[in-house]
Amino acid sequence: MPSLKDLRNRIASVKATQKITKAMQMVAAAKLRRAQQAAEAARPFAERMNAVLANLAGAFEGRPDAPVLLAGNGRTDVQLLVVCTAERGLCGAFNSSIARLARDHANRLIGEGKTVKILCVGRKGADALRRQFADKIIEVIEFKGVKQLGYAHADGVGKKVLAMFEAGEFDVATLFYSQFKSVISQIPTVQQIVPAEIPADAKQAAASGAVYDCEPSEEEILADLLPRNVSTQIFRALLENAASEQGSRMSAMDNATRNAGEMIKKLTTTYNRSRQAMITKELIEIISGAEAV
Amino acid sequence: MAEAFKFELVSPARLVLSEEVAQVMVPGAEGDFTMLKGHSPFMTTVRPGVLEATSPAGKVIKIFVRGGFADASPAGLTILAEQAIPVEELKADVIAKEIKDAEEDVSDAKTAEGKRVAQEKLDQLKAVFAAAATSH
Repeated sequence: MPSLKDLRNRIASVKATQKITKAMQMVAAAKLRRAQQAAEAARPFAERMNAVLANLAGAFEGRPDAPVLLAGNGRTDVQLLVVCTAERGLCGAFNSSIARLARDHANRLIGEGKTVKILCVGRKGADALRRQFADKIIEVIEFKGVKQLGYAHADGVGKKVLAMFEAGEFDVATLFYSQFKSVISQIPTVQQIVPAEIPADAKQAAASGAVYDCEPSEEEILADLLPRNVSTQIFRALLENAASEQGSRMSAMDNATRNAGEMIKKLTTTYNRSRQAMITKELIEIISGAEAV
Repeated sequence: MAEAFKFELVSPARLVLSEEVAQVMVPGAEGDFTMLKGHSPFMTTVRPGVLEATSPAGKVIKIFVRGGFADASPAGLTILAEQAIPVEELKADVIAKEIKDAEEDVSDAKTAEGKRVAQEKLDQLKAVFAAAATSH
């Protein structure tokens, strides 16, 4: 049986924790709104990009001279996993679910006898994957201290990926991130970025479209567009991630606040009970003492 | 007055402009061109420059765009720009940063071809900003 003083201390410490989680929840809620707006604002660009790409790609279907970024270099031996996670923890299962998805994917590829390389964007993913794949992680890009993610950040990552591709360091690149559905639902997602994957719906829309005049040639436009597409997809992934992270943190902190509340209630009940028991005990002692006289 | 058509200017960060316009003058990679309603399907890259959209009422909107594509389809004109800044917001510090970035690109370029392309971009930027500075 803990003493009254112990109970009092514990109640005070849980209350302090509750205040912190409550504050974090509110901060996350405020950040979520901004992140969500940014993610939604970025969607049209990625969608149009897909539409334009689908339009042009249709012309190159099955042609041997199709750009390597579109058709691939014909090999799938070396796989690059670009794992995008958050810089900070305390956001529920957000980081671990992305890391798990990446880990499963990597294990499957290794099982198939392929070489796996991992590029981590965000510290938390690197921490989670380092245990098992320490020798596979080629680089960790951190966006610590970045307040608002800009296209320039994604472009930096994109350029790095493209430089590696040009140097022949990998054959296929896949992007891991969490798609933001709602505050309570974020879906860890795998997306292939090199060679470019064109969504089926965009393809269908393109098939019905008219024939385009291109200036300069289709090849030149594609050569310009494909690298941009890589950066765009990474940018989108980063923004979706930012929104997911805040959403995930918000619900995690909401849970934590509620749990703390329950704990405080329980501890208070125990505290009151033992206080009452103490009073009763003292009274009995006094009464029985008086009777004995 | 020309008939209006749908014009959308999208940058990675947001949908910059989406409205009905009478005509748009775009700085295409192979020369400026003006879009009117009913243009044949057409696609081109955009060089850094100032785009001018004219609303049906005759109001002119000037926007600086850098790096991207123009996609003219029967549904209207869509421009995907890596960066789009309304000319009014084009302040001296933004311009200085743009030029500095472009200069870094020139010095970072490894191949002669890359250097030439980057230098071309830098020259275009300087020309655009010089023009923007005199116009207001």
